Amino acid sequence: MIGGALRQTGRLFALAVEVGRAIFRRPFQFREFVEQFWFVAGVTILPAALVSIPFGAVIALQVGSLTRQLGAQSFTGGASVLAVVQQASPLIVALLIAGAGGSAICADLGSRKIREELDAMEVMGVSPVQRLVVPRVLATMGVAVLLNGLVSVVGTLGGYFFNVIMQDGTPAAYLSSFSSLAQPADLYISELKALVFGFIAGIVAAYRGLNPRGGPKGVGDAVNQSVVITFLLLFFVNMVMTVLYLRIVPPKGG
Amino acid sequence: MGVEVVVEGLTKSFGKQSIWRDVTLTLPAGEVSVMLGPSGTGKTVFLKSLVGLLKPEKGRVLINGVDMVNSPEREIYETRKLFGLMFQDGALFGSMSLFDNIAFPLREHTRKKESEIRRIVMERIEIVGLLGAEGKLPGEISGGMRKRAGLARALVLDPQIILCDEPDSGLDPVRTAYLSQLLIDLNAQLDATMLIVTHNLDIAATVPDNMGMLFRRELVTFGPREVLLTSEEPVVAQFLDGRREGPIGMSEEKDAATLAAEANTARPVEPRRIVPQLEPSPGLPHRRAVTRRRERVLGMIDQLPPAARTAILRTYADSTATPTAPVPAAGSGA
Repeated sequence: MIGGALRQTGRLFALAVEVGRAIFRRPFQFREFVEQFWFVAGVTILPAALVSIPFGAVIALQVGSLTRQLGAQSFTGGASVLAVVQQASPLIVALLIAGAGGSAICADLGSRKIREELDAMEVMGVSPVQRLVVPRVLATMGVAVLLNGLVSVVGTLGGYFFNVIMQDGTPAAYLSSFSSLAQPADLYISELKALVFGFIAGIVAAYRGLNPRGGPKGVGDAVNQSVVITFLLLFFVNMVMTVLYLRIVPPKGG
Repeated sequence: MGVEVVVEGLTKSFGKQSIWRDVTLTLPAGEVSVMLGPSGTGKTVFLKSLVGLLKPEKGRVLINGVDMVNSPEREIYETRKLFGLMFQDGALFGSMSLFDNIAFPLREHTRKKESEIRRIVMERIEIVGLLGAEGKLPGEISGGMRKRAGLARALVLDPQIILCDEPDSGLDPVRTAYLSQLLIDLNAQLDATMLIVTHNLDIAATVPDNMGMLFRRELVTFGPREVLLTSEEPVVAQFLDGRREGPIGMSEEKDAATLAAEANTARPVEPRRIVPQLEPSPGLPHRRAVTRRRERVLGMIDQLPPAARTAILRTYADSTATPTAPVPAAGSGA
C-alpha cells in the first residue's frame, strides 16, 4: 500500500523531470502549444472572473468587519488586497485550471492511451512527452500566470467596490493602505505561486492521463483522481510557499 | 535490404504472471515470418517487446547492435524509425483525418515539402486501396479500413522492419486473402524484414518464409515454414488443424484426465498438405528474400527434422520445374 503510493509519487516526479528536460529539446511543438493555450484559457477565463468577484467581496467584507471591531478600519484595503493577491488569486486560478483544463487534458491523454495512439506515436519514434505533454504543461503554466493577473485585478476591484459601497469605507483610506502594507514582492510571490500551481496541475493531469488503469472506466477514474490529487498537492505546496515567503521576505508594515 | 532481428532469452511477466520465458529466435533479414499462437499467449506482448514499448525482465532484442530492451532511451527512439508497426485496430489518431494520420511520420521526421508529402501519402493510400477516403476521420470508417490505414501509416517511412499485429482480425476471408497478397507484394517492393502475428491459418499457410508458435509460456518452435507445417508436435498439429482434440484447451491447457479421455475417442487425422507460398503480383520485382532463404535453408538442412527436409527439397524441386506457383490474380486494391 505504502510502497504503491511511494512508487506513484516517484513516477510523478520522474515525469516532472522528464518534462523539464524535454522543454528544451528541439523541435518545440509551437502549434500544439498555441492550441492548448487557447483551449485552457478559453475554459478558465470566464469562470475565473466570475468566481473572483464574489471571492474578493467576501474577503473585503470579512476583513472590513474585523478591522472595524479592532478600530483599524483604515487598513482594510491593504489587508484584503494582500489576502486576495497572495492567497485567493493563485488558488482560484489553480483550482480552475485543474478542474477545467487539467481534467480535459487528463481525459484526452487517457483516451489516446487506451486507443494505443500513444504507443503508435512512440513506435514512430515520436516521444508523447515531448509532442503532447510539454505543450500542455507549458500552456497550463502560461495561462495560470496570466489568469492570476486577471483574477488579482478583478478580485481587488470587487473588494474595493464592496468595501466602499456596502461598508461605507473611504476610498482614500482603502487606496493609501495599499502602499503602506503591500509591496511588489507580494505580487511576485503571487505570480510564482501561479506558475508552480499551473505546473503541478499540468503534470498531475498528464501523469494520470498517461497511466490509466484498464479501459474507458479507468480513464474516468484517472480524471477524477487527477483533480483530487492536484487539489491536495496545491494546498500543501501553497502552505509551504507561504511559510517560506513569510520567513524570507520582511513585512513592510513591521 | 531489411535488418536482422535477433532475440535472445527474452522473458516477460506481468507481476507474478509469467507471459513467456526464454524466447530465442532470429528473424532473418528481409524474410517474412509468422508467429502463431492461441489467443492470450502473449503474441502482442512479444511484438511490443520487439519495439521496446514493453520491457521484458530478461534477454535482449538486437537490431543493428542496439538492444531494444536495455539500451538508452535515445538510441531506442532512433532505432524505432526503422520500424513500421501495424496495430491490431490501427491505432490511428482520432482527431486527424486519414491523410494527416499517414502524413504524421513524414511531418515529424523529415523536412519534405508539403507537395512531396502529398505525393508519398497518396501513393501509400493507393497501395492499401483507400483512395477517396483520405479526408475521413478514423471514427467514420470501418474497422478493416482503419487497419489498412494503419498499415499505410506504418509504411510511409519505408521501414526496414514491418510488424503486423493480427492483420486479419475483423476482416472477411476475401479481404484477408487480398491482405496476404499485399503483404507479399510489399515484401517484394521494400525487401523489409516482416513479422506477422496471427492465428489465421490461411495467412500462416501461404505468406511466411518462417514460422514460430508460442504456447504455454514458451516458444514451441521457430524455423523455416516447412518445419512447423510438417511438425508432429501435438500443440502445433492441433492448432494447424483447428481441432478440439489436443493439449490446447478453452482457457489455456487441458488436464491429463481430459487428454486421456480424448485419446480413446481420437478421430483419424488427415495428413496436412503444404500449400505453395504466395508469389508477388505480376509486374512486381521478384522477392530478393527467396534466394537468400534458399541458401540459408539448404545450408541448415541437415539439422532439420526428416519430414521438414523432404518437404523443403520437394518445394525447391517443384519451383525449379515450374518457375511460378499458381497465384490468385490479386491486385493491390484490397
